[in-house]
Amino acid sequence: MSAEAELVPQLPRPEPDPMSLTPETPATGTLDPAQDPALNPEVADPVLTVERLSLWYGEKQALYDVSMKIPRHRITAFIGPSGCGKSTLLRCFNRMNDLVDGVRTEGSIDFEGGNIFDPRLEVNGLRKKIGMVFQKSNPFPKSVYENIAYGLRIHGVRSKSDLDEAVERSLRGAALWDEVKDRLGESALGMSGGQQQRLCIARAIAVEPEVILLDEPCSALDPIATARIEELMQELKDRYTLVIVTHNMQQASRVSDLTAFMYLGRMIEYGRTERLFLNPMRKQTEDYITGRFG
Amino acid sequence: MKRISARKDLLGDHLVALAGGALALSLLLVIGLVVLLAVNGLASFWPRPIAELELADGRRAMGEIHVRETATVQRETTGPAETIERLQLKGGNRDLTGADFTWIDDREVRSVTYPADAVLLERREWGNFYGRLAALRVGDRELAAGSDATWRAFHELQPAKEREFAAIRALERGPIGTINRRIQALERQRRGAGVKGLAEAERVSAEQAIDAELAALRQQFETRAAELTALREAWSREVLVVEAADGTSKELPVGAVVRAVRPNELGLGGKLALYGSRLWEFVSGEPRESNTEGGIFPAIFGTVMMVFIMTVFVSPFGVLAAVYLREYARQGPLVRAVRIAVNNLAGVPSIVFGMFGLGFFVYLLGGSLDRLFFPEALPTPTFGTGGILWASLTLALLTVPVVIVAAEEGLAAVPRAAREGSMALGATRFETTWRVVVPAAAPGILTGLILAMARAAGEVAPLMIVGMVKLAPELPVDGLAPFVHLERKFMHLGFHIYDVGFQSPNVEATKPLVFATALLLVAVVMVMNLAAIAIRNRLRRRYATSAV
Repeated sequence: MSAEAELVPQLPRPEPDPMSLTPETPATGTLDPAQDPALNPEVADPVLTVERLSLWYGEKQALYDVSMKIPRHRITAFIGPSGCGKSTLLRCFNRMNDLVDGVRTEGSIDFEGGNIFDPRLEVNGLRKKIGMVFQKSNPFPKSVYENIAYGLRIHGVRSKSDLDEAVERSLRGAALWDEVKDRLGESALGMSGGQQQRLCIARAIAVEPEVILLDEPCSALDPIATARIEELMQELKDRYTLVIVTHNMQQASRVSDLTAFMYLGRMIEYGRTERLFLNPMRKQTEDYITGRFG
Repeated sequence: MKRISARKDLLGDHLVALAGGALALSLLLVIGLVVLLAVNGLASFWPRPIAELELADGRRAMGEIHVRETATVQRETTGPAETIERLQLKGGNRDLTGADFTWIDDREVRSVTYPADAVLLERREWGNFYGRLAALRVGDRELAAGSDATWRAFHELQPAKEREFAAIRALERGPIGTINRRIQALERQRRGAGVKGLAEAERVSAEQAIDAELAALRQQFETRAAELTALREAWSREVLVVEAADGTSKELPVGAVVRAVRPNELGLGGKLALYGSRLWEFVSGEPRESNTEGGIFPAIFGTVMMVFIMTVFVSPFGVLAAVYLREYARQGPLVRAVRIAVNNLAGVPSIVFGMFGLGFFVYLLGGSLDRLFFPEALPTPTFGTGGILWASLTLALLTVPVVIVAAEEGLAAVPRAAREGSMALGATRFETTWRVVVPAAAPGILTGLILAMARAAGEVAPLMIVGMVKLAPELPVDGLAPFVHLERKFMHLGFHIYDVGFQSPNVEATKPLVFATALLLVAVVMVMNLAAIAIRNRLRRRYATSAV
């Protein structure tokens, strides 16, 4: 969640002014959040509906009363300074926060007619439908082929021909097939960083999810590899819903259809990307996107 | 500022020199050890010339001169000490003279010659013979007479005798061994029939059936035994008449000679060939003459097999324990305490594990197994006595802490990202652990196994009470069902060194064997380690850590 590896050229950044915004400032003004136009873009066909979600790591609250709708087959970007809770929110969608001790949530996220926090929900099935790509590419220490086949195998695919077909389809889907088709048996760890990240995307789409969560997928990549991933995301959004956390506002403005700006665990503004970047409704959003802090 | 940094560098330089020096010293010690073992062990197989000495009193002696030294001796308890030159002669002929080695005062030696027809006979019994060949006879008929003619006749005959000897061994071990075992098993069954409390009629009929089978087997045994006697007779028919340097002559069967050499007329090629053949015999042959001669193959086999069985037990056990400690157990004071206990277990003296092995494995487990499955053999224990299985289990217990610690470190080094990547695909904790985490930790786990194997191969003390013996009549693996006999006692290189070096009646003669065996033990450990390291490197290449 750190910004150490941002390689994409940035807007000129003035000295940050932390005093321009104080934590005590009510994030959403005095309006009822449900009616606030700064928080409620028109979303016709939501896949995920977050309803008054709050989250605590032990005693420390990380998310405050977040509500939002994530549209189907669009790219939604979460932006905000480090520690604002955007990754935490993302990791709620596939309940990866379960792996952290002492996490407690309130509120709900609706997915396919059920609350994903429902204790009766089968979390492995949820994670099959909501895939994830991490900040640092994390291919398994296995061959390229086995990396893709792993997810299929654990979900019960045994036949060699099915696996072969799915591996090729996934690698093509991640625009990686032509580069690796002759070295499927070699270790995935011998590939370049960009290739590894696309392999992770291929791995995620191999199990045919509905949603793919991308947690700063380009922060460790060079500009060319970043451009390829962004291109890939545009191709993928026809078939999948993408949610991306990014530190890089240019990236958010380039790739996403909707953008959510978060600060200190609160959703400050959420809307269509052009509107949010060109015409922010909140002062905090404007300060952040113009580089006045963050 | 400048002065401080200069002083620091000086200290640093000295430390580097010290560290480098320590490393160099360690290397030197290791190399010195191997060289010492190699020189002392391997040189003894090189053929030495046979010297014939004529002594001042007219006696003659023949043998290999092993040592020439200046010694201070005191002839009588009160007499003056004098300094003399003396030589140590390996004269062999233990059956005639009673000692292999003699010290001879240099002043008593009138002349030393190296006769070309001096012959060294390596025998199956009584050690080496040094002397000359006189004749070759079958019964009263003389096949050859005179040194050279006998030499040629002997070499024509010897390969056939070797084959006959092999046939005898095969018969003893094969058919006769099998029949003996069947007979023993049936006798046990017969006794068992009495024990089991069957109805009287059933018991009698069972006993009769067994008796009939026994009678048939005994018949077979008689036939085979007669065959064996015939073979033995044929084998010992030809007799070699040999003459020692002092003129005593002796007859010995041609078959009793393993190898006849005239070292004084051997060229370099011949010596090399002889050296190779002796070395091969040492590595592949069976011991003779209470381990003082012959090879050490059973000890090599026992050592390797024991380490192998130990690895089979210790790897799953250690890895499972480490996986539980690292992946499943809630990290807290209890787990910390367990971890400390495991580490301390590694420091317990090995003989303590031996005692535990004897008490728990041999007496308790083995005794129970005997009562449950082999009651008819009692009071002769089957598993209730030391054996290779119990020895391996004892060693597995001894080395399990090493494996646990190394495996835990390997598991801890697997990045969180790999676990999350697997979970994010919908894998369960179990699938993540066994299909991603453990394979990624495999090189670390193998490092632990390598350490465990190295330690196990060198352990002697605990094994002496759980199944290691100085001479095992049979290998733990053979052609008789069930082929692997885990209850058998076994030989071990480490114990062999101790036994040959310090428990032998003929310490002087076996000194080179001690060094050679030690060298071989080091070599065996090294070969096993190299094999494990090769596997580990292959795994490392496959699971190479990311460069990014």
